[in-house]
Amino acid sequence: MLTRGVWRDHTAFFSGSLIPFLAVVHPPVSRLGEQLTPFVMDRLYNSVVQPPSMSKGAKMTLPKIASSQITPKHIYQTRRRFLKTAGLAASAAFLAACGVPTQTQSPRPTAPSTAAPDIARSDELGNQANSYQEITHYNNFYEFTTDKEKVAELAASFATEPWKIEVGGLVENPMTFDLDALRRLGREERVTRLRCVEAWSMVIPWEGFPLNRLLKQVAPLSSAKFVRFQSIYDPDRLPGQKSPWYEWPYIEGLRLDEAMHDLSFMATGLYGEALPPQNGAPVRLVVPWKYGFKNLKSIVRIDLVTEAPTSLWMAAAPKEYGFYANVNPEVSHPRWSQRSERRIGELKRRQTLPFNGYGEQVASLYQGMDLQKNF
Amino acid sequence: MKRPSFSAIQIIAHVGAWLPLIILLWDASQNQLGVNPIQDMTLRSGKTALVLLLLSLAATPAAMLGFRKALKIRRALGLYAFGYALIHLFIYVGLDYGFDLHLLWLELTEKRYVIAGFTAWLLMVPLVLTSTRGWQRRLGRRWKTLHRLAYISGIAATVHFVWLVKSDVRTPLAFAGILLLLLSARLPTIRKRLTLRRRLGAQYSKPCQKEGESEIEPGVQLANSQTVP
Repeated sequence: MLTRGVWRDHTAFFSGSLIPFLAVVHPPVSRLGEQLTPFVMDRLYNSVVQPPSMSKGAKMTLPKIASSQITPKHIYQTRRRFLKTAGLAASAAFLAACGVPTQTQSPRPTAPSTAAPDIARSDELGNQANSYQEITHYNNFYEFTTDKEKVAELAASFATEPWKIEVGGLVENPMTFDLDALRRLGREERVTRLRCVEAWSMVIPWEGFPLNRLLKQVAPLSSAKFVRFQSIYDPDRLPGQKSPWYEWPYIEGLRLDEAMHDLSFMATGLYGEALPPQNGAPVRLVVPWKYGFKNLKSIVRIDLVTEAPTSLWMAAAPKEYGFYANVNPEVSHPRWSQRSERRIGELKRRQTLPFNGYGEQVASLYQGMDLQKNF
Repeated sequence: MKRPSFSAIQIIAHVGAWLPLIILLWDASQNQLGVNPIQDMTLRSGKTALVLLLLSLAATPAAMLGFRKALKIRRALGLYAFGYALIHLFIYVGLDYGFDLHLLWLELTEKRYVIAGFTAWLLMVPLVLTSTRGWQRRLGRRWKTLHRLAYISGIAATVHFVWLVKSDVRTPLAFAGILLLLLSARLPTIRKRLTLRRRLGAQYSKPCQKEGESEIEPGVQLANSQTVP
């Protein structure tokens, strides 16, 4: 009996660790495994991460054919979104089989049907934009919850009308912008990459206006050196603000020349629609060459100031988060590698690009600065 | 030879240990892993491994308090903990990093939480290899000493968790608190008190407790009756 007892424990344990191995590695065992294997095998042969531009196959120095060239496009795209498509198909089949009405779970449920084809929803490097579903259901919005996948649900009833943004400080014309005034600042589409400090990234088709358009209206004084942004503070409506771990409200800052740069953007829309609350409605910042946490949401106040503001994250963990927070694969973070990132929807990691790939436009802002120190 | 039989607690332990994996695979097949599925799989397997490791470390204190059946599942819980840690490691190395040894090496040499987590896993390897009765016999008293590595592994795994979170460390600290409690039960003074209380209690309630019966395997019992420094 004793021998049996020992045998039982070990059998259970070995099957416990082997079965998932098989499930993931051996194709016929599961749908998931089927989709994962090509990637895993690919990585075994190709242990160096290729920059995104190389993976397109155009400028490859190695005699290797990119998967995009030999794989039919629909399969290639299926791989990109393998979990979604496989999962949707599986759940649809399951629901249909059970006679339950299938939910409409289109990746972009509210994206307009007149939306331009994918080619219009790519960034300048040719990266396809993430789906509306992905962008609106994976949000770091600690004012609601620290659970990225629960923000959408909690934010659903968050009313953003009426809304006011007060712009003041060291300016000639302090102004208050309501939603109409914000609309009058224009609405253009910008498909930009968002790189979270947690080493994941997305490509997002924002709509909005360049921040400098707003700043020019208030006319910063020559003494103004920095811009301080403040998010809404309302613990009754934002349960996360009752958390004692952070000093609310959410504060962020930019140097004035960064804020005046054309890439600094105020987003009021997404995929041609109004910005949903979980993404920072009615207006949020988008500074694509910096880590995602710089892009504060639901802005209520903007001040021009002389000193660099202390952001919420700088106050919470000064060793981990600096004022600049430029995407920089060379500056390590205690937890997340900044050398590579996972583009949501993809399995392969991508090499992280300096300034998130916007170096040509913004590197000159930091000439002569030690970016290891000014992280 | 007797037919293999499972007691209730063994069934609970084995079924309970399998459940998280079954749920994980089910969720994967149903696309319920969320927008960032690899991260979700990593976090879930890691947390299960840690919970199982703490449960296996709780078996001895539970026995001290009189729940001697806990010793029957101690090894299984430890093995399952290693199994989940292995899955966790495999997801990280294979799925997350695609076996990119260069990037992984940089992670291992730079990120303190990776070092802690890998240490926790590594320390479990000799314990798994020597978890059979044969090895228990062969190592004798040294087996007990060797298997105290589980304490260090538990500490490393908890530290791994604490270092992983961004700012709100309540959950990892709760784990750390439980671990501290479990480890302090091994301190001789506390251990003596717990055992004494149980013995006294047993005298009054169950004078003929069948303590010495084959509930525990000889090796384990021998090891267990020694005082832990």
